[in-house]
Formats: sequence, structure tokens, C-alpha cells
Amino acid sequence: MKPSPFAWERPASLAALLDRLATAQGGVKLIAGGQSLGPMLALRLVEPDLILDITGIDELRQARVAGETLVLGACVTHADIEDGRVPDLTGGALQRVASAIAYRPVRNRGTIGGSLVHADPAADWVNALMALGAEVEIAGPTGRRTLPVERFVTGALEVALGPAEILMAVRVPALPPGAAWGYVKHCAKIGEFAHAIGAVRLEPGAGRGRAVIGAVEGAPVLLADARPLFGGRIGPDFAERFEPGAAQAALAAAGMADPVERHVHVTVLARAVAQAGKLPLSHVPEAA
Amino acid sequence: MSGAGASAVPPRQEGVGAPLPRKEDDRLMRGRGQFVGDIRLPGMQDVAFVRSPLAHARIRAIHVPEAYRDRVFTAADLDGVQPIRAVSGLPGFKASEQPVLATGKVRQVGELVAMCIAPTRAEAEDIAAAIVLDLEELPAIHDMLAAREPGSALVHEHWGDNVYLETLVDIDIASALDAPIKVSRTIATGRQCMAPIEGRGTVVHLDHRLDQVVVHTASQMPHIVRNGLAECLGLEQGRIRIVSPDVGGGFGYKAILLAEDVALTWLALRLGHPVRWLEDRREHLTANANCREHHYRITAYAERDGRLRGIDCEATVDSGAYSAYPFSACLEAAQVASILPGPYDFPSYRCRTWSVATNKCPILPYRGVARTGVCFALELVLDAVAREAGIAPEVVREKNLVRPEQMPFENITRKHFDSGDYPQALARALRAIDVEGVRARQRASEPDGRRIGLGLSIYCEQAAHGTSVYSGWGIPMVPGHEQASARLTPDGGLELRIGAHSHGQGLETTLAQVAHEILGVPVARTRLVHGDTAMTPYSTGSWGSRVMVMAGGAVAAACETLRDRAVRIGAYLLQASPEACHFAGGHVVGPSGDISLEAIARTWYRRPQDLGPDTDPGGLEVTAGYKPQRDSGTFSYAAHAVVVAVDPDLGAVEILDYVIVEDGGTLVNPLVVDGQIYGGLAQGIGTALYEEMRFDARGQPLASTFADYLLPGAAEVPMARIDHMETPSPYTRFGQKGIGEGGAIAPPAALANAINDALAPLGVEMLHSPVTPRRIVEAVLAARTGAEPAREAA
Repeated sequence: MKPSPFAWERPASLAALLDRLATAQGGVKLIAGGQSLGPMLALRLVEPDLILDITGIDELRQARVAGETLVLGACVTHADIEDGRVPDLTGGALQRVASAIAYRPVRNRGTIGGSLVHADPAADWVNALMALGAEVEIAGPTGRRTLPVERFVTGALEVALGPAEILMAVRVPALPPGAAWGYVKHCAKIGEFAHAIGAVRLEPGAGRGRAVIGAVEGAPVLLADARPLFGGRIGPDFAERFEPGAAQAALAAAGMADPVERHVHVTVLARAVAQAGKLPLSHVPEAA
Repeated sequence: MSGAGASAVPPRQEGVGAPLPRKEDDRLMRGRGQFVGDIRLPGMQDVAFVRSPLAHARIRAIHVPEAYRDRVFTAADLDGVQPIRAVSGLPGFKASEQPVLATGKVRQVGELVAMCIAPTRAEAEDIAAAIVLDLEELPAIHDMLAAREPGSALVHEHWGDNVYLETLVDIDIASALDAPIKVSRTIATGRQCMAPIEGRGTVVHLDHRLDQVVVHTASQMPHIVRNGLAECLGLEQGRIRIVSPDVGGGFGYKAILLAEDVALTWLALRLGHPVRWLEDRREHLTANANCREHHYRITAYAERDGRLRGIDCEATVDSGAYSAYPFSACLEAAQVASILPGPYDFPSYRCRTWSVATNKCPILPYRGVARTGVCFALELVLDAVAREAGIAPEVVREKNLVRPEQMPFENITRKHFDSGDYPQALARALRAIDVEGVRARQRASEPDGRRIGLGLSIYCEQAAHGTSVYSGWGIPMVPGHEQASARLTPDGGLELRIGAHSHGQGLETTLAQVAHEILGVPVARTRLVHGDTAMTPYSTGSWGSRVMVMAGGAVAAACETLRDRAVRIGAYLLQASPEACHFAGGHVVGPSGDISLEAIARTWYRRPQDLGPDTDPGGLEVTAGYKPQRDSGTFSYAAHAVVVAVDPDLGAVEILDYVIVEDGGTLVNPLVVDGQIYGGLAQGIGTALYEEMRFDARGQPLASTFADYLLPGAAEVPMARIDHMETPSPYTRFGQKGIGEGGAIAPPAALANAINDALAPLGVEMLHSPVTPRRIVEAVLAARTGAEPAREAA
């Protein structure tokens, strides 16, 4: 389990990185924490000619608040978020997600940008950030653009990123007062990749909300308008109004044919809703 | 020499029974262990193997790029190298020949096809990646039951079928058939990988001075590896030296001669420079370390009060593509027939077994060997009897356990139980787990919707069984007398030499305690030399929970002879007759004074002019052999009781409490015994809930990393409560019994029974290990809809 030969460079600036991306020949991979790419290299599942280490670019490691938006640089680690080294506008939602990603050694090195770009359907950020309505900031040869996470993650291990582009930052909108957040994942054991993820971000006051059913075969199943899950209306009583049948239908429509899989995913979503509504079920362990 | 008074001060208690921390942990816990992977030799090059990507295929050609011609070796190069043959003398056994590098066809994914050598492993893998195999795929045999059917594709064509061995024992099953309760179940255990922290590894170099090829390999049985290598390579044994340095866990996986060992040794002889192969985790999981896969059709016949009338069983073991050296492909299934009755006494029994060849890695003996499977099958069916009879599971066990007044007891398959009180172990476990409290909690529903279950499991572990047992199997390795050497150094220290190996068992400490019991030499001044054929007596090695009984007995015997010689020397120096002297606290004590072992050693080695005329010329170095009074084995045993909470909607299982009442006879070091039990428990939890190597219909293993092959971690292993009983074995030196494997035997059955207890009200019964969340949810949904769950659950 040793990688095939590759060249390794560590550009010191974004400009240098973009320049190198534009000129490099052959297969190129970016590395930040290396928590997914490392094993894939060792298993020779990827055999790039050049690896560009982006952790030397200061801009990618910054985190800041811009009005009602939290901007997290791509190289912010899960542990940075877990330990509160970066600001927060989500009432602790990001921190709680971060603290349950894999194991601490993974969180020490793994980055939020790397996780999104790798786009494993069972990864926490792919699902949590989509539910939170986050966007990604992309830089490339022709300038910068932003995309909502749901348009960025296009499938299992697939993202809308051009060959000369990089993910710069994640933009997370603030969770407004009165908003409810629930995030539950089901793993066979602590630290393992999730077999099902349920996430909801609901604004009962405004009567709107998003729901994500994740750890599915492809990109997460997003209900950008989650009202059908609650009998057509999201109010303060949303938790009591949750309709598992509607979630079942959404999953069937998304192509999930296995009833056991559907049952597990709907159960997990129901628990995320209960958690958001602070119903008693919320003390079911997250990694149950 | 000192006055008689000084020796009256007892030494610090370090002998048999002392809970000493392990000496070896000082280096192991500080990262100073020396494993095969730590060995660096000048000029050493690394090997990467080209392995078969297919489970079953004919080899049409192996294309090696011209540039690499001198760095790649295939079967065509291995002139005169014999295949690995692990035969059994049991009638009807069909032998397999495992080529060191594949010839003609490949019979499993991961089979060695070519060997590539380069200055580094990465470069060797680059070469391996450039080699093109031209294979004609054949139908893969991946299901052991289908493999038994006529017309199945064949792993070894000339056999005519896929059965290594079929056995039948029938002890009057006919008289059980009219029992009022008859419960039949199909029960299966998943295929697993052993997963020690350290994989296999081999470094080979030539010692021209001694005309030897020196093989450093992570092995539990260096002397047996030497036998195997000599047979395969046609070398004189004296030309081979095996060194097994620190080994990071064995569990049976390192009690095997691997084809890699043979290939590397051949390569070093061919090239003349040191060569190395370190198994990586992908090789470990996909190509080598398979174990455990059993299938049972089992019927229990019982009276309405739970008394067993008989057990009838058809057991099949998926033994994989080749018979592994030295235990053979039939040890496991044939063992099933002899040990399935477990700790229970009943009058009728029938068991038919099949050891089946498939296109999977050879099955290897994993901690507990067949016991984990038979315990799972029998204990689950006992709970089914309890449910059918409407009585508590503990009652069924109380009715059938061997009783203390029957000891020594010969059971229905003529296993000789040396001692023990099985009902007491059960009673203590029930008390410790608080059965009534658990039942009360079970009746009151949980606020989170989970369901509480209580599970029991009892087993006995035959250990240190010797010549009389293994000669019957007729496999390449039969244990005889175990030998140990003891040598006093000129400054009064002690060196012990054993041919077995310590790789987590703590033998560097416990054998020093045994010696201390006899000689009084401080444990800190006693060193254990092991793992080197050049420096130790012959031994079949560390397996079968045998070393504390066998090497412990041999060390004691050697130390006793040493002591007697020291007494004679000491008596002369004390100017007393040997009969007037005795040995105590590391001193020879005479009528008017005493002399320390240290002074006696100094005299023997450094001042021989002071010795008497009748001194034993053998001096202070002794090799002694040992066998217990009976070599049919010690019987340690335990009762496990566990409480779980099961989430029926997600299939999650949480262990709330775990109690183990274990009887290992006299405990040489209770701390070490606890460690063995905890470690075994962790592995048993893996078997019960997490670990499974699955294969697709083409025989492809479906896990190649620990992301897919799940091991329990710190969060999944509870702090079990251990209670010791100590019923000495009447046959061993100190009454000790082998306990190394027991911890891994009972947990799968105890946990499955607990899960079934929790889910019984839903009409769910789990009969396949590991009991994964997926399997639970599938069964729960099937019970809700009244449908049968799919047979091959994910």
C-alpha cells in the first residue's frame, strides 16, 4: 500500500496555486488534511502526477464573520470548529457536527473544504452544510464564483469544480433566532462513516425550512422546502406534525428501492426532527 | 554466607499467584519493542507480490516487462520448491497442494502469482503494477453449502468434489427423537479476519559463517516454521534459523506457515542479500487472515423441564482454497463434532461435519478456534429451547451443566473434564448481573423506546491438550513433552529458554514467577529467551492456550533440578549433608547457616576449586521436559452474562453491563489473566456485532480496509466485571489451566442471546453473527410485515 510516484509542491499564495493549476500537465490533486486522499493514494485508487499542498496559503486558513454570514476557509479543520477556534453563527450547530466526525486524529487534520470537495455521500459536512443552506466560494482562472452546496455536490464523489478551480471557502448563513436545528446520524460504531444522516433547519416563525436525508448512494436528498414533511406547514408544532410517510415517499422518489434502507433513513430523519423540536427522543445517541 | 536469621525474611511475593505488572510492558508501552518491521539490514530490499485479482481462474500467461525481468520471479523460477502440504491422517481427508507461487490456476483472490523485488516497497509495488496477468476466469465457489452440492465447480479438480473431509459421530440419537420438545435452527457465523495490530512480516538474510538462512518472521511457532520451510525448500534443518522477535498479537494468524515465508526464504537464497516483506492491511484482509465461517443445522431434543435428551447437528465449515500448515483444513470442522456438547451432560448426540473447499483464503485457527462457533450454535439453541418450553434460559442451563460431583467427568464425546464447578459459575454470574433487577427494568419500558435484553453463555475450553489428542488428528504437528532450559548466570541471575513464543501473553513475567516459586530468584533478575530456534528447545509453540501449562510445567521442572543441584553444592559449602539442608527463599539453608543461590552460582562458575568432589557435572544449567499427568487437556470455563439495550428501528446495540465468572484453575498471575479475558472479550464483541469479511458472487472480498471491515473500538468495549473461581486442575504442576482463548469464545453467543431476549416480544430471533444493525432492522421489519427476512442479509 504505497502510492505510485508523484511530484509534490506547496505553493505559498493563491495566485501561485492558480497559476500552477493552469499550467500543470497530467493528473493533479490538491491536498489539505489528506484524510481521504491519503488512503486513496496508498491504495493506488488515485495516481496523480502532481500533488499540490494548499495548507501553505494563509487565506485558506482564515475564518471570519461577514454580516450574517460565517466564512470558513477551506483549510479550517474539523478540530478548529470543534474547539471553538473559529467564530460561529449557528448556535453551536457546526461545533456539534464537527465534534462527531470520525475520530479526533482525523478531526485534527481533516478540513471542511477537503471534506466537501471529496463529496463522500456519508460525510458530515456534505449533509450538514447542505441543510444549513451554505454556499461555497470557488476561485479559478476566470475569477471567483459561489454555488449553493446542493449545486456543488452533484453526486457521490462528484462536485462542480473545474480542473483549474479550487474551493476557497464555505459561507454559512446565520441561524436566525427561533430557528430549530436537528442533526442525527446512524453509525454501526462511533467514528465510523454514517449509514444514515438526517438534518433539518427549520424556521417555524417564517414557516419555512430545509431537510436533508443523507448517507445515500448519491448526493444527499434535499428538501429545500421541507413543508411536505410536516403536512404542508412548518409551525411551532412541527415536531408533532412530522409525517414519516412523506419522507418515505421522498426517498422512494429519489430512487431508494430498499425498504430497510428507507426505514433507517426515515427513522434518523424523524429523530433529527425530534431533536430540533426538543422532543424526548432527542436523547437517543447521535451515533446510535 | 550469612546467619540463619537473615534468610527468614520472606522475599517479596513474586511467585505463582502474584498480580505482578508485566515486565515486558516497559519496552512495549514505550515503543521500544523490536518487531520484524523494525529490522534494518544493510543491502536489504523489499518484496511486493503480484496477487490474483480473481477468485478462480486459469493462468494463461504472466507478462513481465523486459526491464523488470531480473526483478520478478514466478513459479517457473522456483525450481525444486515443494508446495505447502498440510495433510490430516483422518480417514478420507483429501490433501491440497498450495503452490508457493501459483501454477496452472489461482484458487483465491490474493493468491501469490509473482514476487517483485526493489530497493523500497513503493518501487516494488511499481514493478508489480506493471505486470500483466492473462487469466481465464472460472466460476468462483463462494458458498460452502452450494460447494457441497454435486455439479458444483471444483476448487481441486482431481478430488471430484469440494469436500476436504466429512465426519460423522452418532451416539444413539435415535433414542432422543421422541422428546416432547424439539427445536431446530439454522445458525451461522460470519467469515472474519484476525486483525492483530501487527500483520505478518518476514525478513530473511544469509549467515555465511554458520551456513544458515536466517528467517525473521512474526511467528507463534518458530520451530514449526522451520519444519515447514525445510520440507518446502528441501533444506537441512540445521541450515535454517527462525527468529521470531517481538510479535504484535498472534491469535492463530501467526501459527501458520505462509507461502510468503517460503517465497522470501527462497529469494534470499537466490539473491544472497537480505529481503523483506511486510504484510499490509489490504493483503491481510483480502488475501490471508480468514477465519470463523461456520454453518449449523442444529436440533435440540429436550424434556419440558429443559433437560436435554440429545443434540443433532449438521455443521459445515468454509475451509477455503487450501489446507493451511500445520493445522490443516479439517481441524476446525472435525473439532466441531468433538466439542459441540460444551459443558453439558446429555445422553444422545449426532454430528455430521463437512470441511469444504471454496475459492476463499484458507481458514485459519483464530483464538477459540471452533469453540466460538459451537458455543454460538449450542447456546442459541438452548435459549430457543427455553423459549419453547416457557422456562428461563438459566434454568435450561442449570438442568444440563456438568455437576461438580461428577468430576473428573468424561462427556459424550469422551472429553475428560479435569475439575470445576460449572453450576456455581452460572449462579455467580446470575447474581452479579442481578437477573431480577434486569427483568424488572425489562418489564418497565425504556423512555427512549429501546428494549432491554439479558444474555447468557457458558463454555468450556480444553487447553494444553497434547500427544494423545493430536496424534489422532494426524496433522504435521503433534505436541509431545514440552522442554525448557534454566541457567543460573555467574552473578546469580536466571535465564529461561522456551521454544514457545510470548506475544501478548506476558510469559516474560509469568514464567519468571514460576521460576521464582521454585528458586526465589527475583522476577526482575530472570530473563526469558524465546522466539529463536538457535537458542531454544524444540516446541510446537504458542497455541491452544497451552504455554502456561506446558512451558510453565517445564520451567518448574528445570528449576527443580537446578534447585536440587544447588542444594548439593550449597550443602558442601555449608559443610552439611544435603539431606540436612533445604531450599528456601533463594537460599540453601543448613543446620547452622545458609548460602545464597548467588554465592552458589559464583562458586560454580568462578571458583570451581571450592566445589566438592561429588558435584553434579551438569552444573547450573538444566533442560527439562514436561507433560501433565494426563495430556487430554485442562478444562477452564466461564459463564458470561450481558445486558444490552437494542434500538429496534436502527438496530443499534449498546452493552449496558457485562459479567464474566471465569475458572482458570490456579492463576499464576491474576492481572495477566484479566488482561487475557478483556482482550478476548473485545475480539468476541467484534465477532458478535461488527466483524465480517463478505464476498460477492465472484468470490471478491468486499472489505480491504478497516473502514469496511469494522473492529470494535474503545467506545464499543465495556468495562466487564470479572469474578474468578480457582478450581485447580489435578493434573498440572500448580493446578493452572490454559485460559488464553476463553474470553473470545462466549461473547457472540451471550450477546446474540441478549439481543434475542430483547427482541423476542417482536417475534425476532437473530441467528447469524455478526448481529449487525442491518440484520436487526431487516428482521424487525420482516416480523412486522409477517414476511421472512432475506436469507443472505447484508
